[in-house]
Amino acid sequence: MNMFTNHRILFGTSFALFAFLTLVVAIMPAITNQKNNAPLPGTADLTADQLAGKQVFIANGCVACHTQQVRNVAMDKAWGERPGIAADYARITRTDFWRNTATLMGTERTGPDLSNVGIRQGSLAWNLVHLYQPRAVVSESIMPAYPWLFELKDQVAAGEIEVSIPSKFNPTNKKIVAKKEALQLVSYLQSLKQTELPEAPSFLYAEEEQEAKPGYSIQLPDGQQLYAKNCAPCHQTNGEGLPGAFPPLKGSSVVLGDDLELFVNIIMLGYDARPEYAVMNAVGLNNKLSAAEVTAIINHERNSWGNRAKPVDAEQVKNMMDFIKKTKTP
Amino acid sequence: MYLMATSSSIFSETGIILTLTLLCIPVVASALFLVNKAYRLLRLYLGKKELERINKQILGLGQDEIEALEQRKRELAFRLNFTELGSTRAVRDERGLIQTLEAPELRFIERKKKGVPRPAVPQDLSNLILWFIGSAVFWLVFGTTVGEYLGIKFSAPDLDAWSFLSFGRLRPVHTNAVFWGWASMAMLGLAHYVIPRVSNTALYSIKVGYWALGLCNLAVFSGSIALMAGINNGGGEYREYIWPIMALFGVGILLSLWNLLKTISKRTVQELYVSNWYIVSAMMFLLVIVFVAYWPTWQNGLGETIIQGYYMHQGVGMWFMLFNLGLMYYFLPQQLNKPIYSYSLGVLAFWSQILFYTLIGTHHFIFSAIPWWLQTIAIIGSVGMIIPVIAGTTNFLLTFKGAWNKLYSSYTLPFYLVGILFYFTGSFQGTAEAFRFTNLLWHFTDFTVAHSHLTMYGIITFMLWGFIYTLVPRLTGREAKQATIGAHFWFALLGLLIYTIPLMYGSTLRGLMWIENKPFLESVTLMAPYWLWRAIGGTLMWISHLLFAYNFYCMVRKKEELHRPSTPAEILDIRAKLLHLKTNHHEHVH
Repeated sequence: MNMFTNHRILFGTSFALFAFLTLVVAIMPAITNQKNNAPLPGTADLTADQLAGKQVFIANGCVACHTQQVRNVAMDKAWGERPGIAADYARITRTDFWRNTATLMGTERTGPDLSNVGIRQGSLAWNLVHLYQPRAVVSESIMPAYPWLFELKDQVAAGEIEVSIPSKFNPTNKKIVAKKEALQLVSYLQSLKQTELPEAPSFLYAEEEQEAKPGYSIQLPDGQQLYAKNCAPCHQTNGEGLPGAFPPLKGSSVVLGDDLELFVNIIMLGYDARPEYAVMNAVGLNNKLSAAEVTAIINHERNSWGNRAKPVDAEQVKNMMDFIKKTKTP
Repeated sequence: MYLMATSSSIFSETGIILTLTLLCIPVVASALFLVNKAYRLLRLYLGKKELERINKQILGLGQDEIEALEQRKRELAFRLNFTELGSTRAVRDERGLIQTLEAPELRFIERKKKGVPRPAVPQDLSNLILWFIGSAVFWLVFGTTVGEYLGIKFSAPDLDAWSFLSFGRLRPVHTNAVFWGWASMAMLGLAHYVIPRVSNTALYSIKVGYWALGLCNLAVFSGSIALMAGINNGGGEYREYIWPIMALFGVGILLSLWNLLKTISKRTVQELYVSNWYIVSAMMFLLVIVFVAYWPTWQNGLGETIIQGYYMHQGVGMWFMLFNLGLMYYFLPQQLNKPIYSYSLGVLAFWSQILFYTLIGTHHFIFSAIPWWLQTIAIIGSVGMIIPVIAGTTNFLLTFKGAWNKLYSSYTLPFYLVGILFYFTGSFQGTAEAFRFTNLLWHFTDFTVAHSHLTMYGIITFMLWGFIYTLVPRLTGREAKQATIGAHFWFALLGLLIYTIPLMYGSTLRGLMWIENKPFLESVTLMAPYWLWRAIGGTLMWISHLLFAYNFYCMVRKKEELHRPSTPAEILDIRAKLLHLKTNHHEHVH
């Protein structure tokens, strides 16, 4: 046969087969996808600062450990309200002539997914501390520290943002000031939010929701886990917070007191009444915590780290939250 | 299918069963290797013990026994004086039949076969090949030093705080250096030997070969610097070099391809040996892949992801795997001194590999936002890969049939065998990982990292070592010490198993934790011991690379040694040369 003796025919055939398959499974789907793809209504391009922050994200290879994709499987619910769809990435185009498109979907989740991190963890103060030294806020973290995004100064000038870090992580006695790049990176992270869809595709392999039967009290979820997920990054697992950044909950008058309305309000809408601490975001509202979940968190906080106070009632919390929702729904 | 994943039921999942079974293969094989080795050492030890016992007996001999022995010794010592039948004239050996035989020396380590001298390779080609392999060795040591450092960072994240050495920047330095620096350059060097050899002709152009070598080295060098400086292409794995840098590499491959095709077209044999099929196709396909993935004016939105899946997997399967299979079809039969078991199986594996492998790229993005039909095709293609993998493995193992005894007397063949076993295990494991359930469990965990080491290291790197230990002594005439080659082999194999198995186990637990919706941080603390094991295994692998580099040095260094003339030919030759020099000198003086 010719193919075994004529190298032109042989190599020509194998090249043609490969090129044809490439066309069908790679080039054509890619072109179709980039043509029939419009961004979701209500979204906007990144601002100049956010874009610069994305460049910092790319340059430091953050994608090595952080994905930006919510798969349509139930286990990914932790990372977003709904599965990601192609339109979510439609605004991302080639970085420039020299560098390719950065959808930053990633393939490794050594650290958390970031698709919705702007909602989950939007606090500027927390993000700056975390970038300067992750272990200052999450002692188990193995994320690299990024001190080159900050500078050490004797004096903080007007308009500059100082990062308060426990002295263990800042032995120099100087002030740690965020550089432009750090602020840009945080503003990029804050921009990572899933857009709400009226009819979102559902997750696969979901467990059936347990509906509370009438006449029974609401089944409370695990408060410790919810606390670990929603509160511990700032207030710490030991409830002691970080001096100068996040207040302690251990022995806190709000946690142990009887003003339940204030407590629920802080969890749902955030807090900015104490100048010695950083601003707290609307953690509850952003993460869409349910009344049962908020109750579980409150009861966990009221009865941990030496705190002793009466558990609160889920019905009461629900009433307050209904009121908050009515007044605060955007 | 409704899936409720709990820790008790995962062992009934096909993908899991398949993976566990597959993992047993290299584990059992290395256990067998070890047992055999231990058995031989034990026999040696027992032999020595027996000798001691005998010595004791000898010491305790009685007077009459000694006398009897001495009597017998005298009797046995009787010798003819060799003049009984002949004369006292000098012996003439006109046909050179009588030669001195060397007495075998006692050795503690089993002596393996030496390389057999082959027809000489032209010096200029030999130098080119050695430069390619030498560069590859350098990038292996460099790339895995970086990898080792990265592995340690999982356990000690505050090791340094210099931007150039931060994890996210160094990770692609490691992967790209071992991909394009180590494996690719070693493959190119070996191809520059194999293609002229099976074409029975000389390489078309040595000069073009050096150009290709220079461009590839330049690409990896500048790419590594750029990545550390924070200049990258946007995050797709193995596509981190920006296109102007990757273009250098592409041109290097293009030049090599042209050079080798020219060589093939002036071949002096009619047929195209199957190695040619694999090697030339691999080079053509790499150029297609790089061209498609790097063309700088497209891939907006998810287009990037679809091309990324295609690119990263074709890079692995169509470049590294295809190329190495081609080399294996040359070196394995040659090492076993028998033809490949079945030429047709090699041809079947070739076409089915192209057909199925090209389809599977997007299996890295299962459940993501890319089209569902594309994901399904990728899974089907992954299952189809069973055909070429089984065809290839069967072919190689059946070539071994009847020659297994050679395994124990060769220091190169163990590398081949490990490569072949991991070819089966690693590739099949890839199939198992593409199933939708196993994907739920393992995707995004370090299981993928373990898998890529089982394949890129277990298959590609072990095969390349086998080929290099086979080829380099042929070019230089010098072999490395068998003890250090053995140490290299064992450090690498045990290191790989210690690296991958705990990592896969820990990743499975981590995946289960995610499915159960536990807080993410718990899954980080869970991994800590497995990351430590990974660093330990990685250290062993890294040590083995230092040994390999030393062995390579031993094989290529020019030995400065005083050579005392011993054979009559040498003595006379030297005498003639000396006399000639002397007369020349005299003439010059006068």
